[in-house]
Amino acid sequence: MRRILLIGNPNVGKSVIFSRLTGVYVIASNYPGTTVEFTKGYIRLGGEKVEVIDVPGTYSLEPTSRAEEVALEMLNESLAKSGARSETDLVINVVDATNLERNLNLTLQLLKKKIPVVVCLNLWDETKHTGITIDAKKLEEILGVPVVPTTAITGEGIAELVSRLKEAKTGSYSYDEPERWHEIGKIVSQVQTVVHRHHTLGERLGDASIHPGTGIPLAIIVMYLAFQLIRFIGEGLIRYVFEPLFNKFWAPLVLRLSSLLNFSGFLHDILIGKLIDGKIDFETSLGLLTTGLFVPLAMVLPYVFAFYLILSFLEDSGYLPRLGVLVDNLMHRVGLHGLAIIPMMLGLGCKVPGALATRVLETRRERFIAATLMAIAVPCMAQMAMIIGLVGRFGAGGLSLVLGTLFAVWIILGTLLNSFIKGESPEIFVEIPPYRLPYWDALLKKIWVRIVGYLRGAVPYVFLGVFLVNILYVLHVIDFVGKLVAPVLTGILGLPQEAVIALIIGLLRKDVAVGMLSPLGLTRNQLIIASVVLTMYFPCIATFVVLLKELGIKDMIKSVAIMFTSALLVGGMLNLALG
Amino acid sequence: MEIRNLVEMRPGDEGIVVDIKGGYGLLRRLEYLGVRVGVKIKKVSSQFLRGPVIIQVGNTQVALGYGMASKILLKEENLSEAGQNSK
Repeated sequence: MRRILLIGNPNVGKSVIFSRLTGVYVIASNYPGTTVEFTKGYIRLGGEKVEVIDVPGTYSLEPTSRAEEVALEMLNESLAKSGARSETDLVINVVDATNLERNLNLTLQLLKKKIPVVVCLNLWDETKHTGITIDAKKLEEILGVPVVPTTAITGEGIAELVSRLKEAKTGSYSYDEPERWHEIGKIVSQVQTVVHRHHTLGERLGDASIHPGTGIPLAIIVMYLAFQLIRFIGEGLIRYVFEPLFNKFWAPLVLRLSSLLNFSGFLHDILIGKLIDGKIDFETSLGLLTTGLFVPLAMVLPYVFAFYLILSFLEDSGYLPRLGVLVDNLMHRVGLHGLAIIPMMLGLGCKVPGALATRVLETRRERFIAATLMAIAVPCMAQMAMIIGLVGRFGAGGLSLVLGTLFAVWIILGTLLNSFIKGESPEIFVEIPPYRLPYWDALLKKIWVRIVGYLRGAVPYVFLGVFLVNILYVLHVIDFVGKLVAPVLTGILGLPQEAVIALIIGLLRKDVAVGMLSPLGLTRNQLIIASVVLTMYFPCIATFVVLLKELGIKDMIKSVAIMFTSALLVGGMLNLALG
Repeated sequence: MEIRNLVEMRPGDEGIVVDIKGGYGLLRRLEYLGVRVGVKIKKVSSQFLRGPVIIQVGNTQVALGYGMASKILLKEENLSEAGQNSK
C-alpha cells in the first residue's frame, strides 16, 4: 500500500491535519524495536486506499532524539520502497506559517531526499493576527513543489491539499549545505513580509502563565480544577452510567447463569465467584464475569476516560510545557528537569503510557530515575481506585495520609537517587507553543487511542488475576505462601497473613486487591499500610513489561529491588508510627 | 555596546546573538529552534533560584536551562524601540 508521511516540526498542527485527512479508524503502534509511538490511518485517493502516517515531530533530519531517529527511519523506508517498486510514497511537509524560517530548514532537507513532497503552510489564520503575509505562489515557484496554505482547525485548505497530492514531486531547489541558513534567509525575504502588531490576548495569557509570580498561582488553580473535573466526570459516569448498567442489566443475566450452574462448583467459582447473601457483589465476588469485568470497566475506566480527556486538553492547548518550566526547580531536586512532569502526569492515568513517555528525557540516568519514581510513588487511576476503595470510607484523613506518604517518598527517594547515581542532569530545553484551542476531533481520536491502550493492558490482566486467585485458593497455595511470608507481613507491616493474596495478585493488577482485602475486616491503619505498600512494591505486570523494554534488564532489576526495599521500609515505618 | 549573557539580561531586553559558548550538540539543538549567531532574541522571563529562562526568537518562545542561557552571549540592542516606532 502507498503511504503518505506527515512530516513537520513539533507543535505545527500535524495531528490536526492527520485527523482531517483520515477517517474514524486510527491506530497507534510502536515503531518496531522502539517505544516510539506513532499513529496511522487511511485516506481514499481516487479509489485507491492510501495509508497516512503521523510521523513523530522533528526539527531536522539530523536526529537529536529517539523520536527524531524514528522519523528519519520512516522516511528512509519509504525511499527504499519507492526504489524497489513502482509505487511511490509521498511526504506532506506540515509547516508552521508563523515560523517560516525555522520550518524551512526541515523543508530544504526533505527536498534533498528526492521524495515527492507537498508543502502545507498550516496555521494560516494565525499569520493574520501575527502580522505576517506569505506569498504562497512565489514559495511554490522557488521550491518547485506544491505549496498549499491551510488552517487545519477550521478545515480551510484541506480539500485543496488533498486534490493537489497528485501533483507532489521531488523539488527542483538546490543549494550548498553550508549555505543553508543563508539560502533560507534569501527565500524568506522573497516571500514573506512582516508588519508590527499588538500583543493578542492569548500571548498575554501565555506570558502570565510563565512568569513565576503569576504562573505558580495559575498552575495551582489549573491543577485543582483539573482534578475536581476528573473526579466529577469519573464519579458521575460511575454513578449514573456504569453502576446502573451493571446492576440493572448485567446482574440478572449473571444470576440466571449462576442458577443454571446450581450456585456452586468449580466453573461457578471461576465465572461468577461467591454469592454474598445470594446476591452478586461486583467488588468482592471475584469471578471473571463479575469482578473481572466490573473492576476494569466500571471502577477504573470512567476515571481513565476523565483523566485523559483533561490531560489531552491540557496537552493540546499548550499548557504542559509551561507547567514543565514552572516545576523545573522541583524536578532538579530529584535529578530531572521540568519536562519530566509529562511522564509523571501520564502516570497518574496509567503507568504504561507514563513509562513510554519517559523517552522525552535525554539520558539513561534521567529515564531510570523518572521510571522508578513513577512506578513507586505516582498512583495510577487503578491504584487510586484501590486506595479510595480501601481507605476512602474513613474520610479525607486516611486518604491524605496515603497520598502524603507517597509524595514524601517521591521527594526523598528522588533526592537519594539523584545523589547516589552518577552523572549530571541535563537542563530543560523546549519550545513553548502559543495557546491554541484544541481541535475536538483530533482530541477525541487521541483519547480513543489511549483508552484502547488502557483496555488492552488492563482487561486481560484483571481476568488472569481473578482466574489465578480462584486456582490458587483451590490448590491451597495461598495458605502455603501466606505462612512463608507471615513473619514479614505480620512482623514488619502488621498485616494479617491472609493479606498475602492481595500482594500476589497485586503483581498483576492493583484494582482487584480491593475485593480481596475488603472481606478481611482490616483496621483503618492496616488498610492505610496495605494501600501504601500495594502501590509502592510493584507497578503491575503490564507496566513491568514496558519498563523492561524501556530500561533494559539490568536497570530493571535495580529498579525492582528499589521498589521492594522502599515499600518494605515505608510500610514498616508507617506500622511503627501508626502502631 | 555591552556584551552580556542571557542570564544577565532583564526580562523584556532584546539583543543580537554574538556567540554561543557550547559544544556541537548544543549549537545544533539551538539552531533547530532558530537560535544562532546573528539572530535577534528577546528575553521574556526567568524563574527564580536559577530556574529556566524563556526567550522569544521570531514567533517562537523557547525555554532553556540556566546553564544553557549563561552560554549565549548577546549584544544588547536599544535601537529596537526606535525601529518599532518608525513603522
